[in-house]
Amino acid sequence: MNEKMILLGDEAVAVGALHAGASAAYGYPGTPSTEIITYLLDHHEHDLAVNWCANEKTAYETALGTSFAGRRALITMKHVGLNVAADPFMNSALLNLKGGVVIAVADDPGMHSSQNEQDSRFFADFAKIPCLEPVSQQEAYEMTRAAFDISESFHVPVILKLSTRISHSRAAVVPSASRSQNPVEKATDKQNWMLIPALARKRFDHLLSIQKDLLAWSESCPWNRLEQEPASSTAVIATGLGYNYLMENIAFMAERPSVLRVSAYPVPENLIRRVCEDKQRIIVLEEGYPFVERLLRGILPVTVQIAGKMDGSVPLSGELTPDNVRPALGLPAHEGIAADTGALPGRPPQLCAGCPHADTYNAVKEALASLPSGLVTADIGCYALGVLPPYSVPETIVCMGASIGMAKGAAEAGHENCVAIIGDSTFLHSGVTPLIDAVSHNADITVIIVDNETVAMTGGQKTILPSSRLVPVIEGIGVDPAHIKVIEAHRREYENNVKVIREEIGFRGLSVIISVRECIETARKKNREKGRTA
Amino acid sequence: MTYDIILTGVGGQGVLSLAAVIATGAMKQGLEVRQSEVHGMAQRGGSVVAHLRIADAPIPGDLIGKASADMVLAMEPLEGLRYTGYLKKNGILVASTAPVRNIPDYPDLDELLGRYTKLPSYRLVDAEGLAKQAGSAKTVNVVMVGAASSFLPVQEAMLKEAIRGLFQAKGEQLIEANFKAFDAGAGSAS
Ligand code: SF4
Repeated sequence: MNEKMILLGDEAVAVGALHAGASAAYGYPGTPSTEIITYLLDHHEHDLAVNWCANEKTAYETALGTSFAGRRALITMKHVGLNVAADPFMNSALLNLKGGVVIAVADDPGMHSSQNEQDSRFFADFAKIPCLEPVSQQEAYEMTRAAFDISESFHVPVILKLSTRISHSRAAVVPSASRSQNPVEKATDKQNWMLIPALARKRFDHLLSIQKDLLAWSESCPWNRLEQEPASSTAVIATGLGYNYLMENIAFMAERPSVLRVSAYPVPENLIRRVCEDKQRIIVLEEGYPFVERLLRGILPVTVQIAGKMDGSVPLSGELTPDNVRPALGLPAHEGIAADTGALPGRPPQLCAGCPHADTYNAVKEALASLPSGLVTADIGCYALGVLPPYSVPETIVCMGASIGMAKGAAEAGHENCVAIIGDSTFLHSGVTPLIDAVSHNADITVIIVDNETVAMTGGQKTILPSSRLVPVIEGIGVDPAHIKVIEAHRREYENNVKVIREEIGFRGLSVIISVRECIETARKKNREKGRTA
Repeated sequence: MTYDIILTGVGGQGVLSLAAVIATGAMKQGLEVRQSEVHGMAQRGGSVVAHLRIADAPIPGDLIGKASADMVLAMEPLEGLRYTGYLKKNGILVASTAPVRNIPDYPDLDELLGRYTKLPSYRLVDAEGLAKQAGSAKTVNVVMVGAASSFLPVQEAMLKEAIRGLFQAKGEQLIEANFKAFDAGAGSAS
């Protein structure tokens, strides 16, 4: 113990949970949160339950069971995963949690690998629970540990808000002594765990009544730090990673401003009042949405000048950088080399050479080419890269599982030849329920499950059920077995695949085609591992 | 002392392993390190960039600012040019000359390499050729570490120790091949 470890931010959270005595960790892979569970799975020596789950909602509910049994649980997901888990999340704030529950949510400002850049602090605020926002890998470790304690002292879940740059950056972490796990001891106050209206009302009143205590905690939390410079007329409020970029630049400022660092929520109102006292100019640097800034500005006129995202001093979208905070701080851009090396062609991400999805897309494209009009909805995964040429097949990509419902909606609106394309893991995550809708109304759509036998985009995690179970699941829901087809996503099957897809699109009713071939990256990884053990 | 490096290449080229060698070497020398990586969608065959910061004092953040990097270290010549905006005035671009042509509009290679002469400071390395000479085509990344080594604030012995650590499990032969590759890279300065 106490020996330096070199860890990704995500790994620091994993180690923090281990050392905090967590008994369980549940999650669904999602960039940039994936490596938390990956790390725990790779370190089997520890005695805790670690599972990938079907989706974020099931992960969350499982963790609530851990808490009810008296023990600590970590839940991991990317920011949009919390939308999926929102139902148990919002309600769990009303429970009297026994074992600590910490939700490590990794935001992705700049959308490196996501479909939006929502800020999870709003979710913490919405549920009226605490949120911690580490700015270093060491803090990711320490805050994870603290979050469990806070969760148990206030009996509410705590959000640990990560972001891409913390999750996916490596640095040295010095751990501290481990705490042992809680004993298995069921909560005995059932009335605080059954949210029927009469009881839920009481619980909500309780949640409201502890808000002042949460605020008092955040006001005195060491992660909300005030450094006053009475001589300066400027104050900077920096939240999350905004603080790092402030520190990167502060030495260049003509005069050192007062600084309030905010990394623990609820928003420490008193500290904000104090840092702003007697100042003429307030600069707000926030990684994410202008969460604190919006509170500062309010609706009625303010007498001080506020510079931040809402007046355009800092970009409203994308992630903060050491550069884009400089104008707000009154600093010019750094001067670099003057060389003009000319325009360069872009190099966007693309499907790996030999990817099975390429074969499926080629066949779908050919099958649709012979029809007067087609409509293709797609989903979240590597196959989203099929939007680029030479494939250009998907026409919609919205959220996990949306493809099937959207195809059904388009078909019922009167469009012909509607095709939904969804991966095997995405299907099991949230494609099964819309397929049940499609069965119950015999929607005239063709669902193509592109089954690469893995969760490829996030690094090749095992799908929650093996591929061999897909057909029984689909049959079990009630899809006509005559219209469940399994094809191989391979070039040599091209002619046959085009024929099968064309026939099923032509069929006026629900068809499901499973286009199978293992992701080549995953196959390669398996081979490497085999080589190692052989 | 702070030394900021932008590492770049194409997804799948092993930019992260390149970063790992330098970062590990720096840590062995007792320096502070922060290294940001790329995972997820961005990785798939597209342009990849990692930020590696080395210092003898705590480092405030994970990202390097524009016009602030001491070095851009590129596994691929087109990707190297893409990140020249990160170079500070006396920064150097060290790049492998071997192209990855996975896009339809890849420029003519000679013309592309010619653009390097506009830079105040650069080093082009025939990393593939040197790796083959060293005995294993798989050592290109280590050739690049060698080529960068004389500019880095990390001692050669520390970098070699890092290489030994990384390839420990794969046997002495591969370690030796990588040492040779490192030396070949280090000697490539013309
Ligand atoms: S990782 Fe697998 S599924 Fe994703 S693009 Fe590559 S081969 Fe295809």
